[in-house]
Amino acid sequence: MQDAPTAKELIEAVRAFLEERAMKELTGHAAFHARVAANALAIVERELEQGPRAEAEERARLAALLGHDGELGDLNAELAGKIRSGEISLEAPGLRDHLWQTTLDKVAIDQPKYSGYRTALEREKD
Amino acid sequence: MAADKLEAGLGAIAQKLAGPGARIEGLKRLSGGASQETWSFDTAGSGPAQPLILRRAPGGKAVTRTGTAISLATEAAVIARAAKAGVAVPDIAYVLNDADGLGEGYVMARIEGETIARKILREEAYAEAQKGLAFACGETLAKIHSIDISGIDGLPALGLAPQIGTYLDLYDSMNEPHPVFEVAFKWLQDNRPEEASLRLVHGDFRNGNLIVGPEGLRAVLDWELAHVGDPMEDLGWICVNSWRFGESQNPVGGFGQYKDLFEGYRAAGGGEADPARVRYWEVFGTLKWGIMCMLMVSAFRTGADRSVERAAIGRRASETEIDLLNLLVRED
Repeated sequence: MQDAPTAKELIEAVRAFLEERAMKELTGHAAFHARVAANALAIVERELEQGPRAEAEERARLAALLGHDGELGDLNAELAGKIRSGEISLEAPGLRDHLWQTTLDKVAIDQPKYSGYRTALEREKD
Repeated sequence: MAADKLEAGLGAIAQKLAGPGARIEGLKRLSGGASQETWSFDTAGSGPAQPLILRRAPGGKAVTRTGTAISLATEAAVIARAAKAGVAVPDIAYVLNDADGLGEGYVMARIEGETIARKILREEAYAEAQKGLAFACGETLAKIHSIDISGIDGLPALGLAPQIGTYLDLYDSMNEPHPVFEVAFKWLQDNRPEEASLRLVHGDFRNGNLIVGPEGLRAVLDWELAHVGDPMEDLGWICVNSWRFGESQNPVGGFGQYKDLFEGYRAAGGGEADPARVRYWEVFGTLKWGIMCMLMVSAFRTGADRSVERAAIGRRASETEIDLLNLLVRED
């Protein structure tokens, strides 16, 4: 077992440095890149926290849709192939819910402030 | 030194543009895309200074430009033709030739103004400009679509079918299956309309490629993806949610409504826009941008561009997935 701090805490510290020091002291393009770097670390932080649960649930939904378990990547590829061949359509039970939930979970990690994500969440409430 | 050679070459061009004894000042690199370099400079001589932009192939070398991009010489010819049709574009001042020794490219007027969407959409200075912008975009697109391209070589013909095919091949080549993209491709294939009568289209008409001043639209830039295609492609592309920069309630670039865009289009002689076709292209454009985000990760992984920006943009593909679901799956 690794000693403290945790990976998440280390990333938090680096992101805080980028946001509170680097972005303020750099100018022009370098300041922009520091912001991009801080945003990238924020994605990693959210993924460390939310990723394992999201991927476990995604895999369970895929296994139910496809009728067998497997590696997440393999199951995802199989679903993609079956949508393309027409074997599974949007009318198939569970497919819409799976696509929505999987995508909402992905965007919650990648870009929770994205306008399309907010739109989808508002529709969810309706 | 390459920079000295560039300075000397532009100095010679300055004399052609501003008379004997003219020189150049303030040469600086603005951006370095993989497909072209952009430089800013002024001529200085006996007459008034001319603010100019050089767009040329990277390092002045002829390279194969990305995807469906046209050559810089074709781009200059299209811009010149657009100016004649009354489209707001920078005047083409000079097209490079072999004797200039600077590679392929052209020199155009430098137009002051803002291209950054977040500023145009949020800063008070552009509040007035925003109001008329969707209408102006409609007018401008109608004029672009009316341009006679006879005599201009090198414009690819890209209707719907070849574009869907191109992006499907690109997506497949990355071997990273996305079930949502599969749903979108299927929808596009199942709902594909007849090919339109093809016209000149800009190909990348969106925030970022429009120079805006406090009074409104000043110029349309970045014609490298111009092609012969379905006019509704341009109307759909500017409505893709990614180009609304958070202002989803304003489908046209985050600043206007469909009806303003369509009214401008009609007012400038473009005829009736076809909303179903515009929506079809909006779906295609959303998918296209998602695949472009994936491609940028490939550029990172191969080492072509190791920047954080290039890597992180891959995590924007999921934004287009949510947009595609918003467009296609909540219809019931």
